[in-house]
Amino acid sequence: MANTDKQVNELIKREYEHGFVTDIEADTFEPGLNEDVIRRLSAVKGEPEFMLEWRLKAYRRWLEMDEPEWAHVHYPKVDYQNISYYSAPKRPEDMPQSLDEVDPELLRTYEKLGIPLHERAALAGVAVDAVFDSVSVATTFKEPLAKAGVIFCSISEAVHEHPELVKKYLGSVVPIGDNFFACLNAATFSDGTFVYIPKGVRCPMELSTYFRINAANTGQFERTLIIAEEGSYVSYLEGCTAPMRDENQLHAAVVELVALDDAQIKYSTVQNWYPGDENGIGGIYNFVTKRGAAIGKNSKISWTQVETGSAITWKYPSCILRGENSVGEFYSVALTNNYQQADTGTKMIHLGKNTSSTIISKGISAGHSSNAYRGLVKFGPGAEGARNFTQCDSLLIGDRSAAHTFPYIENKNKNSIVEHEATTSKVSDEQMFLCRQRGIDPEQAVSMIVNGFCKEVFKELPMEFAVEAGKLLEVSLEGSVG
Amino acid sequence: MLSIKNLHASVEGKEILKGINLEIKAGEVHAIMGPNGSGKSTLSQVLAGNEAFEVTEGEVLMDGNNLLDLETEERARDGIFLAFQYPVEIPGVSNMQFLRTAVNSLRRHRGEEEMNAAEFMKLARETSKQVDLDPNFLKRGVNEGFSGGEKKRNEILQALLLQPRLAILDETDSGLDIDALKVVADGVNALKSKDRAVLMVTHYQRLLNHIVPDYVHVLADGRIVKSGGSELAFELEERGYGWLGINDAVAS
Repeated sequence: MANTDKQVNELIKREYEHGFVTDIEADTFEPGLNEDVIRRLSAVKGEPEFMLEWRLKAYRRWLEMDEPEWAHVHYPKVDYQNISYYSAPKRPEDMPQSLDEVDPELLRTYEKLGIPLHERAALAGVAVDAVFDSVSVATTFKEPLAKAGVIFCSISEAVHEHPELVKKYLGSVVPIGDNFFACLNAATFSDGTFVYIPKGVRCPMELSTYFRINAANTGQFERTLIIAEEGSYVSYLEGCTAPMRDENQLHAAVVELVALDDAQIKYSTVQNWYPGDENGIGGIYNFVTKRGAAIGKNSKISWTQVETGSAITWKYPSCILRGENSVGEFYSVALTNNYQQADTGTKMIHLGKNTSSTIISKGISAGHSSNAYRGLVKFGPGAEGARNFTQCDSLLIGDRSAAHTFPYIENKNKNSIVEHEATTSKVSDEQMFLCRQRGIDPEQAVSMIVNGFCKEVFKELPMEFAVEAGKLLEVSLEGSVG
Repeated sequence: MLSIKNLHASVEGKEILKGINLEIKAGEVHAIMGPNGSGKSTLSQVLAGNEAFEVTEGEVLMDGNNLLDLETEERARDGIFLAFQYPVEIPGVSNMQFLRTAVNSLRRHRGEEEMNAAEFMKLARETSKQVDLDPNFLKRGVNEGFSGGEKKRNEILQALLLQPRLAILDETDSGLDIDALKVVADGVNALKSKDRAVLMVTHYQRLLNHIVPDYVHVLADGRIVKSGGSELAFELEERGYGWLGINDAVAS
């Protein structure tokens, strides 16, 4: 630690030499990105040398990369020098002290989603200690996990406590130079989640980011690493149906999953970041790289996502099916309303023998929004007996929204099977008339029809999440009728 | 209950209804007959509030209030029910969920407590037997993969659950074999009461053997050209529409 303090002091001194002023908000870096910023970030976090080296390597690589433009989305250029790359978690005294200080509109939404009262406060960013005893929450989940040998902590903590695992697996699925946003993340990630399930262990509970309240405000460049050892199982829930308070516009997260022999990882996401207003002003850019490596034989990686938020979503949770008989799944509901844009889908890379994958994608476009499915199914020469089934359905609401499908298939193996089905439909006037003639409100009718359309995906979500997801669609579709 | 005065309506600029006058009182059963293209279905759609049709003239009063001012769902909550000629499918939405949502919308409107899933399931299973539908149909998507006859019975099931004050049956007999026709007719007869009225739109007389109307009206070219008692239906069956001066070329 003494060494780290020295480094920090040195850096701070150097900043002053460069004429930076940091006294006003000591916990937030001034906007800008260069090697010094990365050194400072690493130092503030007290990281070991290997992490700093890793970040610097990523940064240098990133400098040579161009921002991708192939996605079917349009947005003004992001000025990466105008972003602050570190902001310390807010101090309790800076947060709202009670729900009375929180935007009533936000609370109204929570109520509609049926979120329990104590959770509402935490989500609204009320100082946790002022609301409930965070220690008790922590212990209720920490004890059974510790007993099972499961490691569930922030990635910063893992860097210190389990450097050997971090060194071995960080970047093993999404290499630092994988793509522009993943590379930026590697250089600058502020925090994230680390999960390790030991051999033969079935994780005794569904792990949710919600439990890790201290890390809820980890900023825009999150990094998640989940490792499932031989014969283990874990179900991980990311995000929340409630709109989260967030001041960062750009989110460039990276998620890496590693499944060894006979291991299973189920990763469920509900993404409801701020989508911008009904005129398309504001909103989050969600540029995420998510990938799982099914390394072991008979391993399985399953992605389920419900994406309703963000102004722009650019996201392709993928599976590399390397192990023999390994299985990849992707179940997705992506809903866009108003001026939202989504370009999302998956990649199933079949490398091992008898690997199989299933893709079920449901895209819903309302308002002026645009929703694209983009998927790659690839069979390597060794993917003997591999098979994929893809079904992608689009539902249009109104006559100003758009749906696009971009499926790519690359097959280098003759003994593999790929099936692709795609449909585009509309919520028809006849369906609406039937519902309304039976006394059902138009908005409730649309929500019911959309929920019916998404049923195949919702049934993959953990029970409680599925109910919330249904309500979330209802809230997200508000104003889409008429 | 329902009073239609000089009702004119058009679709895509083409006038279909050209001045309909009709009085329906509680407890009555009315049948509207007429050749294809005479405006029978349009009349039922307009009463139910289909926005594809534009009312250009006239008024419709329900219990003295202007029905045409109300949204489709408000009319339904006031007790207007339309059994569709071609019921549409809603994939993925279970019949059970759809029906419960509808029933609870009406209950909410009447200030009654909503039915929970278990209560409703019991009611729906009972009622489905009444129209000879296997309760398994309740789990399937609304009309999804139903045969023509199943769809029609499903419409009557909905009428029985929603207990409308005015049930409008749009060609409910079309495409039914004689057994199914009997089931559907029994369902409609079970609905009849002194507080309710039924308006049947049909091309053929055979439905009227099972549901005996108090009044029969003949619709031609957007107007009611003749009204009478149930005996009028038999006369039409025997003599066709020609003797009324109606060109039934489309129908034949």
